[in-house]
Amino acid sequence: MTLLGTLALWLAFLLGLWGALAGFMGGLATPPRPDLARSARHAVFAMCGALLVAVVSLEWALFQHDFNVEYVAAYTSRNLPIFYTWSALYAGQKGSLLFWATVLSVFGSLALALTSQRHRHLLPHVAGVVSVVAAFFISVMLFGHANPFQRLPYTPLDGSGLNPQLQNPGMVFHPPMLYLGYISITIPFAFALAALLSKRLDADWLVAIRKWTLLSWLFLSIGICLGMWWAYVELGWGGYWAWDPVENASLLPWLTMTAFLHSVMIQEKRGMLKKWNLALIIGSWLLSIFGTFITRSGVISSVHSFTQSSVGYFFLAFLIVAGVSSFALYATRLPLLEAEARLESMVSREASFLFNNLLFIGIAFSVLWGTLFPILSELVQGTKVTVGPPFFNQVNIPLGLALLGLTGIGPLIAWRRASLPNLQRQFAVPVTVGVFTGLVLLVAGIRDFYALMAMALGGFVMGTVVQEFARGTDARHRQYGEGYALALGRLLARNRRRYGGYIVHTGIVILFVAFAGMAFKTETEATLKPGESASIRSPYGWTYRLTHLGISQYDALNRQVTAATLDVTRDGTPLGVLTTEKRQHVDALGRPTFQPSTEVGIRSDLREDLYVVLGGVVNGTEQAVFRFTINPLVWWVWYGGMIVALGGLIVMWPGGSPAVKRAQAGYAVRLVEEK
Amino acid sequence: MMRPRNDGATECGRREFFGFAAAGLLSVVPSFRRFVPVQDTLPSTGPSGRLWDPARAGRPLDPVVAADNDAAIQAIEKQLHCTCGCNLDVYTCRTTDFTCGVSPEMHRQVIALAERGMTGQQIVDQFVREHGLTILMAPPKRGFNLAGYFTPAIVIVLAAAVLTFVLRRWARAASGVPAAAPAAPTVTAAPEELERLRRELDQLPT
Repeated sequence: MTLLGTLALWLAFLLGLWGALAGFMGGLATPPRPDLARSARHAVFAMCGALLVAVVSLEWALFQHDFNVEYVAAYTSRNLPIFYTWSALYAGQKGSLLFWATVLSVFGSLALALTSQRHRHLLPHVAGVVSVVAAFFISVMLFGHANPFQRLPYTPLDGSGLNPQLQNPGMVFHPPMLYLGYISITIPFAFALAALLSKRLDADWLVAIRKWTLLSWLFLSIGICLGMWWAYVELGWGGYWAWDPVENASLLPWLTMTAFLHSVMIQEKRGMLKKWNLALIIGSWLLSIFGTFITRSGVISSVHSFTQSSVGYFFLAFLIVAGVSSFALYATRLPLLEAEARLESMVSREASFLFNNLLFIGIAFSVLWGTLFPILSELVQGTKVTVGPPFFNQVNIPLGLALLGLTGIGPLIAWRRASLPNLQRQFAVPVTVGVFTGLVLLVAGIRDFYALMAMALGGFVMGTVVQEFARGTDARHRQYGEGYALALGRLLARNRRRYGGYIVHTGIVILFVAFAGMAFKTETEATLKPGESASIRSPYGWTYRLTHLGISQYDALNRQVTAATLDVTRDGTPLGVLTTEKRQHVDALGRPTFQPSTEVGIRSDLREDLYVVLGGVVNGTEQAVFRFTINPLVWWVWYGGMIVALGGLIVMWPGGSPAVKRAQAGYAVRLVEEK
Repeated sequence: MMRPRNDGATECGRREFFGFAAAGLLSVVPSFRRFVPVQDTLPSTGPSGRLWDPARAGRPLDPVVAADNDAAIQAIEKQLHCTCGCNLDVYTCRTTDFTCGVSPEMHRQVIALAERGMTGQQIVDQFVREHGLTILMAPPKRGFNLAGYFTPAIVIVLAAAVLTFVLRRWARAASGVPAAAPAAPTVTAAPEELERLRRELDQLPT
C-alpha cells in the first residue's frame, strides 16, 4: 500500500502541475479555451481522487501496524486506541501535509462542482490556483523529506505511540477543524485571484465566495475554541490561552477574516471598499500559510509546533513568492477597483465598520508583531527576548475592549448618515444597560479595571443586541399581527445574516466576560496524606475543602495509571469526589513510551471550575502534591464558543429573506441600463 | 544426604528434614517481617502507604513549603521564563510540567535569593545577569524594546488619524455633491442571461 500511496502522490503532483497550467492558460487565452478549462477542472477532480487514495493507503498502514513505515512507527503503537490511530493521520508533520493537500483538493473539487454557472468565467483560474497550492504541498512531501510513506531499513516490534497530550478527544477534532479553516481560505483566495486575473472585479466573485468565507471563518472559530478546551483540560496549567506563537498563528487569519465579513457588507450594499476587501482575502490566505510556516519551521519555539525540519524553507519560499506575485497582480488591477459610491458622513454604519476593520487589523498586526518581535530583536540588537503573555495582554486587552465597544456601536448607526435624534433613540437603552452593569459590579466590589470594563461593555453590547431583536420582533408583530414568539422566529429566519450576526455578537460578549473572569483566578499548592485536607477560598466567598482519600494504581489500555481521589465539600456541603491522574503510557510490550503525563480533575459549574492537578508523590508514598485552582466563569468560554458557532451556522444556512437575495443579486448584476 | 529413589524422587533423612525445616523457618521470619506495615514516619494524621510502583507517578516531589505558596515569590516567578524550552513562566512550569527539572531549580534559587533579603526586582535582575534578557517573560521597557511595546499602538493611532482624515474628506466631498445612484458596473452578461435573471427576480416573492 505504501507503494500505491507514493505513486498516488506522484500522480497527484503531476495532475496538480497540469491543472495549474491548463487552468491559467484556459482562463487567459483569447479566444477562450473551454477545452483547457475543462481539462483543468478534471485535473482537480483526478488530483482529489489520487490524494484520497494516498490517504487510504496511509490509514491502511496505520491500522495494519506496518511499523516498517517510519510514520506509522513514529506516531502509533499496537495498543493505541483505534480513535487515535485514525487521528495519527494528522498527528505528525508528514501526515498533516497529506491531510492538508487532500482536504484542499476536496474543497477545490466542491468549489468547481457546486459553483453556479453564473461564475463559470472564474472557474479556470480557480482550478489553476487550487492546483498550484495543492501541488506545492505535495511537492513538500515528495522533495522536502516529508513523504509519509517512507520506509525504515528495519521493522520495530512496536511503534513509539502517540504523544499522550494528543490522546484526548479535543485533539481528535481541534487540529482538523483548524486545518479546515486554514485550508478553506484557499477557495476565497482562488476566486479573488480569478477575479483579478480575469479583470471581472464587480461583486460577482464576492457572491461566489460568500459561503466559503463563512465556512472557513466558522471552522477557524470552532478550531480555536476546541484548541482552548484541549489546552485547558489536557495541558494542566489551568488556562486556555497562553499567547503561544502557534495559537497566535491561528488567531491571525481569524481576525482578518472577521474584518472581511464586516467590510464585505459595505461592498455589497454600497459598492465601496473593493480594494480593501481583495487585500483582506489575499492577506488572510497568506496568514494561513504563515501559520503553517510557523508551526512547521521551528523558527519560533512553541509547545504546539511539529519537529523542526527543512520544510520550513519550502514554506518561507512559497510564502514570499505567493505574497509578492499576489500583491503585484493586485497592484496592476487597482485602477479597476474604484468605489462606486462615496462615504456620506463620518457618523454612518460604513464609517463604524471601517473603524471596526482598523481595530481587527490593528490587533492582528500587534499579535503578529509580538510573535515576530523575538526574531526582530535578535536581528536588530543581537539579543533574543521572550515575548510572553504579559506583553500580549498589555498590548491587546485595550484593543480588544475597544473592539467590543464597536461591536455594540456599529449596529446602532444607520447606513449612509445618522441623525442626532436617531443616535439618541438608538443609544439610550444600550448605554443605560452598560452604565448600570458597570455600577452594579463596582458596588459589588469588582475593582479590576479591565474586568469591569469588559463586563460593562458586554452589558452595552447585549443592550444593543436585545434592542435590535426587540424592535424587529415588535415591528413584525405590529405589521403582520404575528405572536411575539412567531415574530421572533420569523425575524431570525427571514434575515439570517443580520440576526445570526447578532447571535455571534452575543457569543463574543460571553467570551469577553468569561475572559474577564480569569482576573479572579486563585490557586494554591498543598501536600496531603490520605485523610488530610486543604482549603481554598473562592472569589465568590465560599470555601472549598478537599480531603485526600488515597491513591490507587492500575493498568488501563495503553497506560499505567496513578489516580488520586479527593473528597470535595463547599462550605461543608458535600460535592462528591474528584480524581486526578498521572499516566505512564506504555507500548504493547509494556515499555514506557513518554514521560508521565497529568490528567486534570475538574469540577465545573456555571460560576467557576475547581481544577485539581496531581503533581506527584513524596518518597513513593500516598503523600501527594496537589495544585488547586479556582477558575471563574470558564464554562462561559465554551458556551460563548458554541453560541458563536451557532450564530455562524445561522448566517450561512441556505435560504433567507427573498428581499435580501434580491438586494444582493441586484448589486451583483445591476440592470441600470434597462431602466 | 539426599539419596535418589527408584521412582525418581529423592529420599530425605531425618537430619536433612530438620535442617530444611530450620532454614525454611529462618527464611520466613524476615519475609514475615517485611509484610508488617511500615510505620508512618512522616508527621501527619493518617497512614501514608507506599505506592506499588512509585515510578509510575512521575518524578518524586518534595512536600510543599510555605514559600511555594508565597504570593511575592509567585509574582517574581511569573516574570521569569523557564529555560527548559516550554515557553512557560517558572511558576506555571513548576506547577504544571512535573517532569521538568529546570523550573524547580529556578524556584529554589528564587527562594534562596529572597531569604538573603533581596527584593523582587533585585532577584529578577540577578536572573537577568545570569541568563540575559531572554529570561524575562516580557522584554524590559527600554531601548529597542520600546518599539515592541509601542509600535502597534502608534501604528493604530496613525492609521486611525489617516482614516479619520480620509473619511472627513470623503464626507465633505459627498456633502457638496447631490446624492446620486451608484454608478453602474460594466454589465458583461449576455442579453438572454439578463432576461433570465429578470424573470427569476420577478418570481421571487416580495
